[in-house]
Amino acid sequence: MPTDSTPTTEAATSTDPAPRIEFEDVEKKFGKTTVLKDLNFTIGRGERVTLIGPSGSGKTTILRLLMTLEDLTDGYIWVDGDPLTHDRRDGKRVELKPKQIAQVRKRIGMVFQQFNLFPNMSVLDNITEAPIHVLGQSKDEAKENALTLLDRVGLRNRADAHPTQLSGGQQQRVAIARALAMDPEILLLDEVTSALDPELVGDVLGVLEDVAETTDITMLIVTHEMQFARDVSQRVMMFDGGQIVEEAPPEEMFTRPKNERTQKFLEAII
Amino acid sequence: MSEFFTDLGTALPRLVEEGLRDTLLSFLGGAVLMVLVAVLLGLATHQGPIWLRGISRAIVEFFRGTSLVVQLFFLFYALPTLTGVDLGSMWTAILALGLNYGAYGAEVVRGSLAAVPKGQWETATALSMPWATKIRRIIWPQAWALMLPGFNNLLVMLVKGTAVVGLVLLNDLTFESEQVRREVGTWPAFLAALIIYFLIALVVSGVLRVLERRAQRRLGLGDFGSQKERRTDDETDDAAPAHAGVA
Ligand SMILES: Nc1ncnc2c1ncn2[C@@H]1O[C@H](COP(=O)(O)OP(=O)(O)O)[C@@H](O)[C@H]1O
Ligand SMILES: [Mg+2]
Repeated sequence: MPTDSTPTTEAATSTDPAPRIEFEDVEKKFGKTTVLKDLNFTIGRGERVTLIGPSGSGKTTILRLLMTLEDLTDGYIWVDGDPLTHDRRDGKRVELKPKQIAQVRKRIGMVFQQFNLFPNMSVLDNITEAPIHVLGQSKDEAKENALTLLDRVGLRNRADAHPTQLSGGQQQRVAIARALAMDPEILLLDEVTSALDPELVGDVLGVLEDVAETTDITMLIVTHEMQFARDVSQRVMMFDGGQIVEEAPPEEMFTRPKNERTQKFLEAII
Repeated sequence: MSEFFTDLGTALPRLVEEGLRDTLLSFLGGAVLMVLVAVLLGLATHQGPIWLRGISRAIVEFFRGTSLVVQLFFLFYALPTLTGVDLGSMWTAILALGLNYGAYGAEVVRGSLAAVPKGQWETATALSMPWATKIRRIIWPQAWALMLPGFNNLLVMLVKGTAVVGLVLLNDLTFESEQVRREVGTWPAFLAALIIYFLIALVVSGVLRVLERRAQRRLGLGDFGSQKERRTDDETDDAAPAHAGVA
């Protein structure tokens, strides 16, 4: 776990000024439908950014492109200056080999709306599985890390439980612990509380606030929880039709949005 | 009437002694090969690169679309003449049964892989699992539970399917019942064969259902619940082989 250092330390001391994430002329089509076009933005190291916007505006697609769950139709995504799926060589766009993609992907973790715990293993095994089989950690090491993480999400006593024995909120906290066990530089959170009963949302957000406070993990957050967005993120990006229509620090965005579409959107959800 | 039972009493042990061995061997060999072929072709049709999908699709369609009897004859009579490879009766039977039923099994495997929720595949990718790890550790255990009912069906069909192996000169139950028929008459001979086939199918189906329940419980499905409930279930499972033994 990267628990020390404040979010800005690394950016300030790094000799390589490459942003943690850069989208360059990104285009994404599903069949003939263009979802993202000429999308450009950067995310700094340790920065936490909330993506808002109406349903269908492309927020999920952006996260899924970063997680390599969707094919990038055109353009480039850079992580720490390294190409994620496509590189530019002699001005040409070349697709990387699966092995190369896997190297950069290891720096990225994702938590899904539907938790997606593995039903064929216990809570503890859900967390240790990838550290053991992907990072090559020893069983003892992975277990110790997992128990520490379970402690952090308040579920150490449920280590041996089966996922189906947990509430949705508990399952989502395990999913967060599972993503953190891979020690990611970047954490993608796609509406992680949207599938939860209202009374379970608080615990999950509490865990994420703790992660935001105690680590320098770069976070991309899609959420409708505006108070949470205000508390953890340094920047909010408003999307509509696959375009960034406005971006600002949360205070500014939520109190005096400039763009008309942002105003309408915020009025509708608050 | 009592004569009928006497005849049945003659036919049953004769069939068990003379015909059961070849039926069971071709069934067991066929079953092992069927599962192997089903897994390989099922994985290839669902996960392979486009060219491999094409090839495995073609293989599946070929073995599903041509008759088992023709395949048997081809392997037994044509193959030795064409290639000089003579497999002998038992291996011919096992090969034909395994390939034919395996082609159907491939569809079961493919369908089960496709039925594992997309979120499970994606989460494995998000955790950077290499393909083999993803399949072996995450997808297969879940798909396995889904494919067992289909395999159960196919294996029961395979039990009955072995009835054609007499065509390649094996002395199986069906062949032997033809022999016994001359002594005891049609009804007792075929009823005896029917009873034995039925009992084999019953055991096969019972074993598969135990496996199915185990697999589901591992996924937290079915009767999975508190520790106490689980212990009761284990007792039922342990009892099952005993029933099988009686059968
Ligand atoms: N697999 C897909 N196939 C076709 N269209 C898709 C697919 N996934 C997303 N889309 C479309 O892309 C657009 C953006 O979707 P999404 O990124 O999920 O938006 P958001 O998360 O902001 O609601 C929507 O119009 C949606 O219908
Ligand atoms: Mg979405």
